[in-house]
Amino acid sequence: MSPDTLGPLLPAVPFIAALLGLVWPGAGRRLAAALGITGAAVALLVAAWLALTVDGPYGTYTELADFGGLPVTFGVRIDGAALLVALAVGVVALAVQVYSVAYLADDDRYAPYAAQVSLFTAAMLLVVVAGDLIVLLVGWEVMGICSYLLIGHDRRLPEAPKAAVKAFIVTRTGDVGFLLGIVLLGVSAGSFRIADVLSAVAAGEVSAGRLTAVALLLLAGVAGKSAQFPLHTWLPDAMAGPTPISALIHAATMVAAGIYVVTRLFPVFDAGSVPLAVLGVMAAVTMLLGALAATAQDDIKRVLAWSTVSQLAYMAAALSVGATAVALFHLLTHAAFKALLFLGAGSVIHAVGSNSMAAMGGLRRGMPATFWSMTIGLGALMGLPPLAGFWSKDAVLAAAQGKNGWVAVMVFTAGLVGVVVTAWYATRLWLRTFFGTPRSPAAEHPHEPPGVMLWPVVLLAVPSALLGFAAFAHGFTDRLRSPAPAEWVGEYSGPATRAQALQEAVELVHLSAAMALPLACLALGVLGAWLAWRRDPAADPARVLGPLRPVFANAFYLDAVQEVAVVRPSRALARVVRRGDESVVDGAVEGAGRGTSDLGGSLARAHRAGLPRAATAVLAGALLVGVAAATLGGLS
Amino acid sequence: MTSADLLLTALGAVALGSALLVVATRHVVRAGLWLVVTLGAVAGLYLVLAAELVAWVQILLYVGAVVVLLLFAVMLTRAPIGARHDLDRPGWPAFLVGGGTGLGLAVLLVDAYRWTRVDTPPTGSAELLGTEIFRSWVLPFEVLSVLLLAALVGAIVISRPEIGSRPAPPAGSAPEPRPAPGERR
Amino acid sequence: MHPVIPYVTAALLFGIGVYGVLRRRNAVLLLMSVELMLNAVNLVLVTADATVQAALPATGQVFALFVIVIAAAEVGVGLAIVLQLYRLHATIALDTVALAPPDDTAALGPPDDTPFPPDGSPPPGPPDRSGPPDGTGPRPEASAEQPHPAPVGAA
Repeated sequence: MSPDTLGPLLPAVPFIAALLGLVWPGAGRRLAAALGITGAAVALLVAAWLALTVDGPYGTYTELADFGGLPVTFGVRIDGAALLVALAVGVVALAVQVYSVAYLADDDRYAPYAAQVSLFTAAMLLVVVAGDLIVLLVGWEVMGICSYLLIGHDRRLPEAPKAAVKAFIVTRTGDVGFLLGIVLLGVSAGSFRIADVLSAVAAGEVSAGRLTAVALLLLAGVAGKSAQFPLHTWLPDAMAGPTPISALIHAATMVAAGIYVVTRLFPVFDAGSVPLAVLGVMAAVTMLLGALAATAQDDIKRVLAWSTVSQLAYMAAALSVGATAVALFHLLTHAAFKALLFLGAGSVIHAVGSNSMAAMGGLRRGMPATFWSMTIGLGALMGLPPLAGFWSKDAVLAAAQGKNGWVAVMVFTAGLVGVVVTAWYATRLWLRTFFGTPRSPAAEHPHEPPGVMLWPVVLLAVPSALLGFAAFAHGFTDRLRSPAPAEWVGEYSGPATRAQALQEAVELVHLSAAMALPLACLALGVLGAWLAWRRDPAADPARVLGPLRPVFANAFYLDAVQEVAVVRPSRALARVVRRGDESVVDGAVEGAGRGTSDLGGSLARAHRAGLPRAATAVLAGALLVGVAAATLGGLS
Repeated sequence: MTSADLLLTALGAVALGSALLVVATRHVVRAGLWLVVTLGAVAGLYLVLAAELVAWVQILLYVGAVVVLLLFAVMLTRAPIGARHDLDRPGWPAFLVGGGTGLGLAVLLVDAYRWTRVDTPPTGSAELLGTEIFRSWVLPFEVLSVLLLAALVGAIVISRPEIGSRPAPPAGSAPEPRPAPGERR
Repeated sequence: MHPVIPYVTAALLFGIGVYGVLRRRNAVLLLMSVELMLNAVNLVLVTADATVQAALPATGQVFALFVIVIAAAEVGVGLAIVLQLYRLHATIALDTVALAPPDDTAALGPPDDTPFPPDGSPPPGPPDRSGPPDGTGPRPEASAEQPHPAPVGAA
């Protein structure tokens, strides 16, 4: 099998699994689970094979349609970065599918769930390998739909449908900008193929103003999908969905798609200074916003959700200083440890029967494997050496430190403060969940989850711990680099020019004294949380926040702001439009019908007039005709 | 203004006045009698216009037969004796159309003839008219006699009592009592 | 003589006849108004005969005779219809005659006025046919109180 056919196979296999799962009449649990797991496993295998065998970037294209000179092709563009991200997607998707078999053991709608997860995997892989902007857009939108369907999966929860709608609408708002950006970009560059677009940008065929506009529009979509300020409000509420979905979609893959697209189209963003500056501001604000909001949450999943928002901001910060490889590196490590954390939280919730940390405590005795895996995950989140998160977060801070300009300074400062706060809330979560005395009857007798749920968690601990060391391997760092324009060949043509690759090797690791500063911030955060906890192990360390606690818990009341500024005017407008539609448009249509039948009725009634009325009508008509004839004919 | 004009004016006034009474009176029988006056005045107009035969035929047929028929109908339909207030429908359409028609035609004719003069034509005697009818207008005359026959037959057919009668009551049920003469239901 | 005088008389007579047709509810009074209109037409014909010299002499008067004959025939048939109407509905008020079978009485609307009752009694229903269904024999209506004895039947 040549890489030409394997490339499109990446999204195709999960898609077929999804179709079969959705369409097969009466698909039972076993069949649905088999389809889901097979789809994810095959995708993973294909990605692994391609990652091992393919060296240089290549693409395969088939033309789908031609819109008046603008061709739309189904194109697949494989390069190192795409394959690594595809690998991450495959691993997390497989873990989630396996985990879900046990997590949703008592759910009778498991079959459509598994098929939707497969569909989502296919869409994400489509975004990853897309060689054409329209294909990218298709995958982007399908991901949004799957997210909506999966968040609202559990219909017994009252908040699930609202959360699903909120997620869909907020991301949709960003997607409008994304769509406009893509269209504008394709039209300006004369083609929708990503390779053609990037070479057109490199050749300077697109004006700077237009590129800025395109970049800002695309950033709207990125902000929506990757939950950056101000379109971040949907992610914490999306935790109403099942925990494996939170792990897959809202930690590891979909939210990372925005970052990935910026990486893919980076020359478009890099053309002027405005888009990256905007991205930097968004990143700095979101970093702190997410971290501070996570400090005061009681729901364990919401802590992780805000943490995701904050970590995505780190990736965006890396992008804003131009370090795309660093951003991708952090994306990969974040996928590993965040998926681990969510799945582990799922096990904890399964054991305790509640999301609230107030009902947990002292769980490490009954759930040792989960405890150690989550410890590794939280350590990676904090940036504790030598776990994966330390290397990637340090790379982000080093990249920001190494650049000049106010954006870099702002991002670096926010990053450091973020490290402190991240360490604080991660330690708080760790201590409150696993240490101390149990605070509820269910927490007194915790048990490990079934093997099907436990093994994905344990296995994900491996890359969370070790993936950071891959930063020392050139094979890895090469692949993270964005290819230069000259390398964008058509069909796969064998091993690419390795020499050229080595020339532009990316340094992801900087072992220097500058590492001390983040480590000091880390120690500060851990110490602060531990001291607050030690004073009263049964109480919430967040109480030291004092009056700021409700502000952080409500995420600076931004939800309320959004409600007033956007939701209510939109609803009012919708009401007006609906009334206009019903009374004017429908009214016109119905009125036409009613008017015609009323007219017919009155004509019928006129025909049925009594004899004297009829006689009056006849004679009056004759009089009128006579008068008309006399006056028009002219009195002689 | 010759004497003919005076007679025409006087007889015209009588005709119009009694016509107004025909359409406006509240007594049904008196309407019939005023109709007699109108028809007689019109016959007089014919005489002044030297249409002898037409005038006498008018008296004979109209006053003698038609009005009698109308009066018979009045009685057979138990027309009320005395003034009635519900003989009329709303007046304004009638005023408009009738007034419009009358005035319109009058304006038309006045505009056509103004104050021209004609001489008195030769008398339309029975000999003259008879000659004309049986020489030039024989066919319409014969058609008219067929028409009269048709009208006669039609009137008989329409007046048959079976039209509109109820079917005979089923056998076994007691026949409904005949209303006594003069009894109203 | 001035022909405009009889012409105007005829025109006004015609107008009065139209007024009567549209105003009267009683069928017989309506027929009387129709007679007025026919007389007006006759007057125009005769005056025209005096005014205009037609190709054939006395054409107008001949036509007037024909009109008289037709009017007589019309009155005969019309009165037969009126009497049959009276037999069916015991009223000859024309605004109570329904032109169509009342399948949708709401659309027809209420009748203009109360039916034309004889002498103030409440409107009777259709008279019952209790006698032998043939054209002979005395009929209750015919033998009801009349100012003077009427001939049997109206046929």
